[in-house]
Amino acid sequence: MDEQKKLDEFQRRIDNGEKIEPKDWMPDRYRKQLIRMMSQHAHSEVVGMLPEGNWIERAPSLKRKKVLLAKVQDEAGHGLYIYSAVETLGVTRRELVEEYIYGKAKYSSIFNYPTLTYADICAIGWLVDGAAIVNQTMLAKSSYGPYSRSMVRICKEESFHKKQGYEMLAKMANGTPEQKKMAQDAVNRWWWPTLMMFGPPDDESPNSAELIKWGVKSKTNDELRQSFVDRTVMEAKKIGIELPDPDLKYNKETGHWDYGEIPWDEFWEVIRGNGPMNRERIRARRKAYEEGAWVREAASEYARKKKLRDEKAS
Amino acid sequence: MSTLDKTPVKRDEILFEYLVRLADDRLILGQRLSEWSGHGPELEEDLALANIALDMIGHASGLYTYAAEIEGEGRDEDDLAYFRDDIDFKNFQMLEQPKGDLAYTIARQFLFSLYSYLLYMELKDADDEQFAGLASKHLKEIRYHLRHSREWVLRLGDGTEESHRRIQDAFDDIWMYTGELFEMDEVDKKAAEEGFGADLAKLRKPWKEHVDEVLDEATLTVPDDNQYMASGGRTGFHTEHLGHMLAQMQFLRRSYPDAEWT
Repeated sequence: MDEQKKLDEFQRRIDNGEKIEPKDWMPDRYRKQLIRMMSQHAHSEVVGMLPEGNWIERAPSLKRKKVLLAKVQDEAGHGLYIYSAVETLGVTRRELVEEYIYGKAKYSSIFNYPTLTYADICAIGWLVDGAAIVNQTMLAKSSYGPYSRSMVRICKEESFHKKQGYEMLAKMANGTPEQKKMAQDAVNRWWWPTLMMFGPPDDESPNSAELIKWGVKSKTNDELRQSFVDRTVMEAKKIGIELPDPDLKYNKETGHWDYGEIPWDEFWEVIRGNGPMNRERIRARRKAYEEGAWVREAASEYARKKKLRDEKAS
Repeated sequence: MSTLDKTPVKRDEILFEYLVRLADDRLILGQRLSEWSGHGPELEEDLALANIALDMIGHASGLYTYAAEIEGEGRDEDDLAYFRDDIDFKNFQMLEQPKGDLAYTIARQFLFSLYSYLLYMELKDADDEQFAGLASKHLKEIRYHLRHSREWVLRLGDGTEESHRRIQDAFDDIWMYTGELFEMDEVDKKAAEEGFGADLAKLRKPWKEHVDEVLDEATLTVPDDNQYMASGGRTGFHTEHLGHMLAQMQFLRRSYPDAEWT
């Protein structure tokens, strides 16, 4: 079959809602886009362990400590899961990891912000995981089988994280004056960075059209962002938290909540590596990777020796 | 127990003290293990260590809750974890030592998990239904911790030259803290008499035999028992590391004691 025919057949399968599986033919560009997107996603899960891990040791009750440890552990699991899914595209986890800790590969910019108080942990659960769910619910319908299946599973756990974050934030927002202050302050700081998680506005998003055509995504960045804003406004009202946007108001004509100007300059600055925690995050991941080298070497050397011994024995 | 505390006399007082000791061990080790979260050598290990940390804190929480119930003064697990100072904590000194490299973390985990396994094999038959129930529930998880850490002792011991050196150093460093695991003080003796405590001195032999076996297979040398052994954790005498750990762990809860966090 010539290239054009293969491409037409590929597009036909996608338009029919069929899933593309690892051994199926796919355009090079599709493979590359998926590797980029999925590995960014996996890196984000792993880097995301850092801001939250920052509060495990200081969690204010044993129950909260367990909840947070379990959540951070889930994120390691998500990272593993997505890395395995990317590996079906013919790359190795090691290559991908080295691309972000030494190279130019990206992870979600949201994790370049610091967690200053315990309320940040709650705000991350509610807002950041809430935003991730909006995005991942769409990705669960993605045309690439392994990615889609990993999203179905991950979404379930994220929903649980969101619920836990929201409930604890509600408790703080209705708690002592100090707790109220921490809760509102956390939301003030996390709101705009959360809206940026959906990526640049549609007219500045170079990859969107192609990803939609190939069924990797089914909605644009702005559509996803709007859907997140709409559902979050009511959740905030319910627990007495104010969203820090004076322009936020309901638009009867569109049936959506209009929101103010997102500080995109800040977004691009953080993408360029100049967020409050960018350097620290990479430093921490690099340190873990480098200090773990001798452990990984020992494990593979032991496995090699054991295999030799087993072969000799049989 | 600070130097001012009196040895408990009544059954409930002894049981309370016994439970809190076990809980302190597990909380302190769980806190140390959780420091690995996000910083492990490989994602699989991040997951495994977080999992063990979670179990440790879960075990502590169950033991504190029961202890508070026995005490009957309206305290709960968090009062015991967050509102006591280092001289009131009874954990073994081994468990408060900084996490070190993975070799240190694994060596400690192996020695302590093996000890816990042997101890809980006794405690699951304790003459106290609720305590015995907790012990047999926790025992299942301890088995997994022991298997996990044993496998890593073998990998590191019989891996590369560097890993061998690191884990040997770790066992050598930590050995002075193994003595107090088997000491029998008044509380332990009374707990054993009451039928809910184990004879710790008796655990030493099977513990040592298994350690010898695994370290031998891992091509490691078992450190000499005939050396200075630290002691005092059970009386609230600690190394300086514990105070810093508690300062971090307790600060938020203590800063806003009236706030609701659960």
